[in-house]
Amino acid sequence: MNPGDNLPPLTIPITRTLIVAGAVASRDYQDVHHDAEAARAKGSPDIFMNILTTNGLVGRYITDCLGPRAVLRKVAIRLGVPNYPGDELMLRGTVRSLDGDTAEVRVIGTNRLGHHVTGTVTVSVTVPTTRPPLPEPTP
Amino acid sequence: MGVAEEASLRRRGGAADRPVPDDLHARLKVFEGQPAVTGGTGKDPVNEPMIRHWCEAMGDENPAYQGPSAIAPPTMLQAWTMGGLSGHGRPGSGRSSAYDALFALLDEAGCTSVVATDCEQEYLRPLRPGERITFDAVIESVSPRKTTKLGTGYFVTTRMDVRADGDLAGTHRFRILKYAPATVPEPPATVPEPPATTPKQPADHPPPDPARTTPKAHRPRPVINRDNAGFWAGVAERKLLIQRCTDCATLRFPWLPGCNYCGGDGWDTIEAAGHGTVFSYVVMHHPPFPAFDPPYAVALIELAEGVRMVADMVGVPPEKVRIGMPVRLEFRIVEDDLVLPVFNGSQPPGPSTGSQRPDPSTESHP
Repeated sequence: MNPGDNLPPLTIPITRTLIVAGAVASRDYQDVHHDAEAARAKGSPDIFMNILTTNGLVGRYITDCLGPRAVLRKVAIRLGVPNYPGDELMLRGTVRSLDGDTAEVRVIGTNRLGHHVTGTVTVSVTVPTTRPPLPEPTP
Repeated sequence: MGVAEEASLRRRGGAADRPVPDDLHARLKVFEGQPAVTGGTGKDPVNEPMIRHWCEAMGDENPAYQGPSAIAPPTMLQAWTMGGLSGHGRPGSGRSSAYDALFALLDEAGCTSVVATDCEQEYLRPLRPGERITFDAVIESVSPRKTTKLGTGYFVTTRMDVRADGDLAGTHRFRILKYAPATVPEPPATVPEPPATTPKQPADHPPPDPARTTPKAHRPRPVINRDNAGFWAGVAERKLLIQRCTDCATLRFPWLPGCNYCGGDGWDTIEAAGHGTVFSYVVMHHPPFPAFDPPYAVALIELAEGVRMVADMVGVPPEKVRIGMPVRLEFRIVEDDLVLPVFNGSQPPGPSTGSQRPDPSTESHP
């Protein structure tokens, strides 16, 4: 891993199930994340993903790419356009800097409407003395 | 840039932005530094079932979150503090009266909708099943009024300390936009049809959104008035004119009726040579506006003559724009009757690369 390296992109289909399961798993019962009629009454065309799920997906993307020895230190994200059902989120990451075993990775997640999430993840990867190859990221 | 991005930099030429008075902001700012949550308690201890449900939802198969020595996914930090279906505001949630008062003020001002925009978490140590969660939060800041695509409102930032069995385990900074929605939802389909004799567009129905019904939306036109007409007359002749005070010779831009330095009201102009550097810039991603195609860079250019102006950057991808980048003036025919000065940040073609063709819609400055 070196500054400038790109992590393999991860594409996640944004299903209604993912939006609702993410909201419930994060204990977020705001109706705009599970009730399409309520979301429309508030001016949104449909339900949309909550920020906690986006945060979880960004964390998953980094540890999928860097393997189970990767330890998340900081995740800072900013949301742009919403994730609506039927869309696809493509997460991409670029290593910005490396300090010992700690890397700063810039993450951008795009969907059909534009940038859904931009952020920075600080992650430490503890490397054993005899270094096996880094595992392949899960698709 | 997030949903917060303002359109103020979109203005071009001589018009200066005049902020709208914002009395409410002063009343909201009082809450900065006050507690948002005091002595909050997680409804459940860190536990394996909630971790598993989270991992199933996220599709996260990280083995670190499974088995007897499992840790909780760090990004679950906020989930342990959530009120769930029974919500906040109950005894034990710790939500402060200051936080309620802040929200009440915003609700009264019409800012009734909420959207989360930013989440910044730092994880100091892993959370493990069995640990009890407690948390305190402070209202860190309330932004001035901002206009976004969603509507106009205020960004409220809170910072939470999350403890596990009493140890500080993580910090969680959370920003929401509390706003008055920009658009009223369309009336439901059950509204009766207007009678057949009604004209096609009755007055109580808004005209169709021009961005959707015309093939190409138009750029906003500059506001030309007595004070800046000379600037736009110069642009029409492909000249970038800078005002010069005839009393003290101070250059000024944007165009103004008098000299900020000596107060003199006499002026003439000099023509900018067309060289400059990027003094500052933004890359616009969001919100999108009709006739603009994000992402694009808008820069504050410091001209060789010493004055600064806001204009579009061309010739380089927006992510390549940098402070200090040398630029040269061009005039771009944006639409048939709209020419704007823009700045090109690409390296000018050298003698050996003279075959490079300029963008046909752009005229290089001589």
